[in-house]
Amino acid sequence: MSFDPVTFLFLIPALAAVVIALMPGSKLSAYVNAGASFLTFLAALSLLWVERPTPGAYVLVDEFNTIFVVLIPFVAFTTSVFSATYVEYELETARVTPAFLKLYHALYQALTLCFVLALLSNNIGVMWVAIELATLTTVVMVGIYRTHAAIEAAWKYFILASVGIALALFGTILVYMAAEPVMGAGLNAMVWTDLVPRAASLEPAMLNLAFVFLLLGYGTKIGLFPLHAWLPDAHAEGPTPITAVLSGLLLNVALYALLRCKMLLAGNPEALAPGPLMIVMGLVSLLFGAFMLYRRRDIKRLFAYSSIEHMGLITFAFGLGGPIANFAGLLHMALHSLTKSAIFFAVGDISQVKGTQKIADMGGLTSTNPLIGWGLVIGVAAIAGLPPLGIFTSEFLMVSATLEKQPLLAIPLVLGLLIGIGALFLQLNRIAFGEPKGPNHKVKCSYVPMILHLGLVLIAGVYLPAGLVAWFQAVAKLLG
Amino acid sequence: MHGLSFDIAHLLAGSLVLVSFMLLYQDRLYALLNVYALHAVVLAMSVAWQAYIQDAPHLYITAAIALLFKAIIIPVALHRMIVKLGVHREIETVGGIGLTMLLGMGLVALAMVVTLRATEGAGLLAREDLAFALSVVLLGLLMMVTRQNAVSQVVGFMSLENGLVLAATGAKGMPLVVEISVAFSILIAFIIIGIFLFRIRERFDTVDIGALDRYRGEHG
Repeated sequence: MSFDPVTFLFLIPALAAVVIALMPGSKLSAYVNAGASFLTFLAALSLLWVERPTPGAYVLVDEFNTIFVVLIPFVAFTTSVFSATYVEYELETARVTPAFLKLYHALYQALTLCFVLALLSNNIGVMWVAIELATLTTVVMVGIYRTHAAIEAAWKYFILASVGIALALFGTILVYMAAEPVMGAGLNAMVWTDLVPRAASLEPAMLNLAFVFLLLGYGTKIGLFPLHAWLPDAHAEGPTPITAVLSGLLLNVALYALLRCKMLLAGNPEALAPGPLMIVMGLVSLLFGAFMLYRRRDIKRLFAYSSIEHMGLITFAFGLGGPIANFAGLLHMALHSLTKSAIFFAVGDISQVKGTQKIADMGGLTSTNPLIGWGLVIGVAAIAGLPPLGIFTSEFLMVSATLEKQPLLAIPLVLGLLIGIGALFLQLNRIAFGEPKGPNHKVKCSYVPMILHLGLVLIAGVYLPAGLVAWFQAVAKLLG
Repeated sequence: MHGLSFDIAHLLAGSLVLVSFMLLYQDRLYALLNVYALHAVVLAMSVAWQAYIQDAPHLYITAAIALLFKAIIIPVALHRMIVKLGVHREIETVGGIGLTMLLGMGLVALAMVVTLRATEGAGLLAREDLAFALSVVLLGLLMMVTRQNAVSQVVGFMSLENGLVLAATGAKGMPLVVEISVAFSILIAFIIIGIFLFRIRERFDTVDIGALDRYRGEHG
């Protein structure tokens, strides 16, 4: 039997979740979690070299999802390393009990499995199931501290996410109903690789209705305005590694699902163009996120709103379409994922050092804790889109594609970006510079994940390998 | 597809919408659970009828799940939980019942207009079914929005999922994957909700979401 990375991608997290759940005691669970995440990442990485399996009724590996199948286990692995030291401190300060810690690690692996399943699924129904399970898993993880605020956040997240999920399922059923007259009843009418080539013959009116539901449904998970209300709470009240996972991974997986649906619509000339809807939702989210950055008092909420802003930006880029905007969107998805999780690694350490998430109680971090402080500064510079860091490239490409296709739209786009930059630096000034404030607890931090991520973002800004560019360009063309 | 079989399908799906309206104005928790059980029974009958006319035996499983799990196990379990928690029995509704019912009617009209226009290509049965299903989904959403109480929000969510099952069974020959997943998701959702309700109980001695709303995150 030849080596089949896909099987390993499913098996490793599934087995690890079971092993962690059955393990006596919780001491080793963090190490098992990190180890399993590393193995999953290796299996994902091998997809780059091993010949891709032919798409079946359930599993699909193509150029598009390989980007995310490699990226997401990577971020999941680095986050699990960060998480190991983070939760150790939480255990010391008795914010979580050992039993809950074990649950947390088992769920972490289950979540990885859901992500991989959603990404590799060739079946529109299975993809929906995977995203639903990912949501339910994260609900529990957000509420794991069981404080007043954490329960409220988890409940709000649960209610809004369920509504989103329900709408997405309705959209999924509609896609099937649009396809059934052409493809015949049965499994074929739910398989991406069968649907997309025959998209032109599907019932356009039904497809339109389906896309509206899918956009609202998955849009809730992406955190697009006005469906974003769960996002800041869920980000602020859960453990910080989960905040990094939500921002860096979950939002991207939901966006990936939406893009698959968009491909279906793009293939049908009579159906409504998905672009304008995505452009409007994207731009409104961008502006909303940027304005909301100003008055935030909680450091995790601040960066949660920044995620809304960036998800809006990416949705806008894909809505605009065309090879350049799509390329920029893909690049931005990858870099935002790396940068935002690096920022949350720093934020996690900061909130442990200071014993609070309130921005007013922080200050002068660059002098008291230079490594975290400057890490945060570089992360914020990256997310704000300053050269030479990677996000500058993708934002620059987005603006130039907008100027070329729809020059008027460049005004709100640039405005949103500038407002965001202003707010971020205003807040950063309070957190990282000035007089040191508040306590300075001795906390063991793992700096390696943060430095690794920021290093990659820097490299992406200075030099993008030609192979990677060609790969992303091919996918950008595929997305239409 | 005309004649009696269509009429019965129509009647059952229409009844589900009617029961959704009944859910909207229940102001006691026990009555709400009873009506939800009725909702699930009507769903089970509707799904079973679809299984019969579509000649799709696997749909009987979905009908059985709806009957056993949603009409019996969940209401009984929730009933016990309410007793155990000693929750007060009155439910506050936001905006009053009259306004809620009017909004509900508006949503049903919207569902009809949207689906009947968009699905001209599909079969008559599928179209009607979809229109009713969307009405049930929207009424479920309305219920989740207008209720303050955690238990009634959960009931709203479950009635919404019933609407999804109706839509899925109306789509001819849709693979079982999705139906089972829906039932499965309710199971998981239910467990999670159970955990949450007990956690809420542990901390605040109430299942009223209003108590949670007093906490305003960063302003606290």
